[in-house]
Amino acid sequence: MIQFSDLHKAYQGDTVLGPVTGAIEKGGITSIVGPNGAGKSTLLTMMGRLLDPTGGRVTIEGRDVFTTKSREMAQQLSILRQENQFTARLRVRELVAFGRFPHSQGRLTEDDHRHVGEALEFLSLTQLADRYLDQLSGGQRQRAYVAMVLAQDTDYVLLDEPLNNLDMKHSVLMMRQLRRAADELGRTIVLIIHDINFAAAHSDRIMALRDGEIVTTGTIPEIMRDEVLTDVFDTPVSVLEVDGRPVAVYYS
Amino acid sequence: MKTARPVLLRTGVVVVLLALLAASLMTGGYDITISRLIEDPAAREMFLISRVPRTLALVLAGVAMSVSGLIMQMVTQNRFVEPTTTGTAQWAGLGILVTLIVTPGAAPLTRMIVASFFAMIGSLVFLGVLRRVALRSSLIVPLIGIMLGAVVSAVTVYLAATFNLLQSMSAWRSGGFSGIVRGHYEPLWVVGIITLAVFLLADRLTVAGLGADVAKNIGVNYERVVLLATVLVAVATGVTSVVVGFLPFLGLIVPNIVSMLRGDNVRGNLPWVAALGAALILACDLVGRTVVAPMEIPVSVVLGAIGAAVFIALVLRQRRHASF
Ligand SMILES: Nc1ncnc2c1ncn2[C@@H]1O[C@H](COP(=O)(O)OP(=O)(O)OP(=O)(O)O)[C@@H](O)[C@H]1O
Ligand SMILES: [Mg+2]
Repeated sequence: MIQFSDLHKAYQGDTVLGPVTGAIEKGGITSIVGPNGAGKSTLLTMMGRLLDPTGGRVTIEGRDVFTTKSREMAQQLSILRQENQFTARLRVRELVAFGRFPHSQGRLTEDDHRHVGEALEFLSLTQLADRYLDQLSGGQRQRAYVAMVLAQDTDYVLLDEPLNNLDMKHSVLMMRQLRRAADELGRTIVLIIHDINFAAAHSDRIMALRDGEIVTTGTIPEIMRDEVLTDVFDTPVSVLEVDGRPVAVYYS
Repeated sequence: MKTARPVLLRTGVVVVLLALLAASLMTGGYDITISRLIEDPAAREMFLISRVPRTLALVLAGVAMSVSGLIMQMVTQNRFVEPTTTGTAQWAGLGILVTLIVTPGAAPLTRMIVASFFAMIGSLVFLGVLRRVALRSSLIVPLIGIMLGAVVSAVTVYLAATFNLLQSMSAWRSGGFSGIVRGHYEPLWVVGIITLAVFLLADRLTVAGLGADVAKNIGVNYERVVLLATVLVAVATGVTSVVVGFLPFLGLIVPNIVSMLRGDNVRGNLPWVAALGAALILACDLVGRTVVAPMEIPVSVVLGAIGAAVFIALVLRQRRHASF
């Protein structure tokens, strides 16, 4: 379980998040949703220890993410940011192999190679493994980044908008793969997703943010309701049932 | 083809390097042939006292500067930095002047330590400024470094003029290998230690090239890698500056060419960067020694001319490939 208490972030005295207190349960997929600027990335990057909070703390299974040894943390928690632009020219396979660094410190074992191969396969990158990152399309690159994080083989995986740049097919594939990682490998996955229907279709829980506050956290039926979504997104939303699934409609 | 090309390329680089080494050893004011070396002890002595040291110094300095460029480009995530475009080398120059002023008769070792220390300050100032630049891959970064270097150079010239040391400074600045004889170049062997350290640090440097966040995510202490890298570059620059002076652009050209050919994995690239760095400086030195023989054009001048052209080519190339 990831727990955060009184977690707070301010820039030059302006609070952009919190203080918020809450938890991400172990196992399954939790999606964080909310409008632009709500503080989703801020919350996720603080949970992933990439951003120092102004106040409060974050623990994963009781261990403080900011004070635990970095290498140990890296074997338990991995995070991918929303924006990634690498100037270093690496091949896809090389990049994904660096996901094994917390385990191997650069000396790849058989086991590491297996994980790298699996991660590449998982994101249908095997054909592209020997290409340089700058020779890929935006969506292919995004998949390579996710593969790197998955190769890290951590219990907790935090992904900030992993569907960025992905087409319909690959969005669905990515969500299925993440679902598999959660169900078969017992990973705890936290995602930021913009498409609420995607979140509803593929995750177990949704955490909704607005204006730097957590509005609500709950299961899909608890969140996929007119009044809840209208409140979170500050725009009229109605939830219909299509093929037995709740679908939010907000185009009007 | 996929396997044949790298082998061919590797063999090519080794052959060219060996040829340049031989040419460098055989070129000079008096004739030295292999048969004379075997028969004539005086010629052999001459060869060992001046030719071999000069060639070794070139190789070591070439490796030092190109490996320094490689390190700096990784930790700053910018293709255009190297010791002379970050102010690091200019700070080393200031350090040398300061020793000339404070303790004129200082031992070379003292000068190297002071120069390295100043180079370290220079790198840290540059990195400090860099923290405030949002777009790290941009051309603004080397521009800032070149400006910082220009300011430090100006201060150095001013101080040199004040203390009547302009002449010793300009002699030093022009990057001379002509005065290198046995007993002068040996400190450059520290380059070997630095290269070894870079080899041990290789993966972490590549990770640093992916940025602080990726580094942290996989448990690499980014700050520590940057600091270690800065120390290595400072020592390489400091020692090279004292022994042979400025060697501009080498650290820029060589890692960029290697990166185009084989990407940015530091571990695999290191031997290439070292070999190409040595080859390029040997070639430039040969050009400098032959075009106006029996006079010599300092290698730094040749490097400057070639380097500036390549620098412009790189900039134009980057504008075409926006993501480069
Ligand atoms: N470095 C910064 N300095 C000042 N304000 C910042 C900084 N980074 C983020 N913010 C502000 O913090 C708020 C929350 O940003 P955050 O990135 O967490 O939003 P988000 O919910 O992820 O939005 P999006 O859906 O657009 O990604 C925004 O209002 C943003 O302007
Ligand atoms: Mg965001």
